Amino acid sequence: MNPAGFSIQMRRAWAIAKKDIRIYYLKGPVLIFGVFMPLFLFLAFLMGSRQLPLSFLVSGLVGMTLFFTATAVSPAIFPWEGQAKTLERLASCPVTVEAIVFGDMIASTLFGIGITIITVIIGLVLGISLMHGIMLLTAILLAAVCFSAVGMLLAVPPTNVPSNIMMLSSLIKFPLVFISGIFIPLEQMPPWGLALAVCSPLTYFTDIVRYAFTGMHYFPVIIDITALAVFTVIFTVGTMYLHKRTMPQRM
Amino acid sequence: MSTVIHASNLTKIFGKSIAVDHVSFEVQKGEIFGFLGPNGAGKTTTTRMLTGVIPPDAGTANILGHDIRSEPVLAKQGFGVVPETSNAYTDLTAWQNLMLMGELYGLPRARAEKSSSDLLGMVGILERKDQKVQAYSKGMKQRLILAMALIHEPELLFLDEPTSGLDVQSTQMILALLHDLNKQGTTIFLTTHNMEEANRLCHRVGIIRAGKIVAIDAPEKLKTAIDQVHKIEVSFDRDVPDNSLAGLEGVITVNRTGDKWQITTRNKDATIHSVSAFSQQNGVAIVTLNTLAPSLDEAFLRLTQETQQ
Repeated sequence: MNPAGFSIQMRRAWAIAKKDIRIYYLKGPVLIFGVFMPLFLFLAFLMGSRQLPLSFLVSGLVGMTLFFTATAVSPAIFPWEGQAKTLERLASCPVTVEAIVFGDMIASTLFGIGITIITVIIGLVLGISLMHGIMLLTAILLAAVCFSAVGMLLAVPPTNVPSNIMMLSSLIKFPLVFISGIFIPLEQMPPWGLALAVCSPLTYFTDIVRYAFTGMHYFPVIIDITALAVFTVIFTVGTMYLHKRTMPQRM
Repeated sequence: MSTVIHASNLTKIFGKSIAVDHVSFEVQKGEIFGFLGPNGAGKTTTTRMLTGVIPPDAGTANILGHDIRSEPVLAKQGFGVVPETSNAYTDLTAWQNLMLMGELYGLPRARAEKSSSDLLGMVGILERKDQKVQAYSKGMKQRLILAMALIHEPELLFLDEPTSGLDVQSTQMILALLHDLNKQGTTIFLTTHNMEEANRLCHRVGIIRAGKIVAIDAPEKLKTAIDQVHKIEVSFDRDVPDNSLAGLEGVITVNRTGDKWQITTRNKDATIHSVSAFSQQNGVAIVTLNTLAPSLDEAFLRLTQETQQ
């Protein structure tokens, strides 16, 4: 079999994903960060705006959780591995850059899904009813891949200093949360806010989650799903293309 | 004999400096090829281009019949790499590192486990296979990355300063292993500073200076080629007159030091034959006869300094 073939490279990407999960994700501090960071943001917002229904806030919490967890670690993996020279080890193995990037994406997708399911369970425990479970699951799967690709895009600048990437990552991630209808419903946004919101994949995911929990949505669900799918393809192809170009500069 | 590495005009430019300048050479199947050069000469950059870690700015590298740029996966499937700095995952155990390598090279699980056990036993860290690599000494880490590079039984092995900074025990173990691997047919591309190591192991060496290849040859030929005038040291069981040796074929000068005669000649082979004939004709027995070649260190220094001037 051709080792450069798609199925073989996918298997090797899975090996990289397992390595990532072992080394970077199954760590106490990472898991704690994944659960507590969105929870604290949510609590802060809950205390500040009590007039919003709990179902709206839990929907936002689910959106934030998936977004933050799927993009929490992946931007730093390349800089860490570049620094430790383990990226050079991967680069000298019969694995394509696309497979390395995809392996990192698989790990962050699984981490995002795992933590988000915990958040959904918290929502259900708080008494929120789930009206469209299958749709929620589909959206979580799709958005997890999309946000993982966002995380890998943040790692494109060829620096091996993780703090530089984390700073850039925060600069992009936090504004995205505020324009994505998590804290302010899309219906209440000014036109310029709405114009920004449609550019964020998180907007569509949060809209679907809200639909799954409350039956209400701003965009038609098919638009939400299509938009998420388009963002996923663009970000995945984009991150693979850009990493292929910048990878040698890390060595 | 087939060509395993064919580098043609490999060039790498970093900013305004040319790190590797149109380097061309070939390595044949079954060879141990030493790649020598002073710090910053371009050894590691060349190795990184050959192993597909960085792309060349010009030139091509064909490894095991595959162009490293257009068919990198096929080329990489056939070789293993031992870099200068240990790059095993320190948060994983030695066993987990080897299993990861097995998966990245597409080995079936059972074969990966068997090879891992054998290799860890061979490099002497089997009993510590379940310990995280961060607790390993430098020598153990180096032995582990050698095992990681060998898990798929590569035809070709690239090693960048594999014994740099290691204790004698680890160094000897690695050198013996390389010797055995070569005997079993593995082609070895070895980057080293250590002339003694290159002299002992390599069939041929290439010397690089300021990004350019200045010499490629067998170590012994390289040592003798740098001097036009060769030295021979001979001693006899009886005293012989000074002028009797001066007239022999090819002899330029003759000097006596203690009970030995040091002869300089332009034609080593002819002089040795005439010394032998002289001993028979005059009924004197040769006690010792040595050719005094410069060391590989001297050859290296001469070749690299000449290029610098």
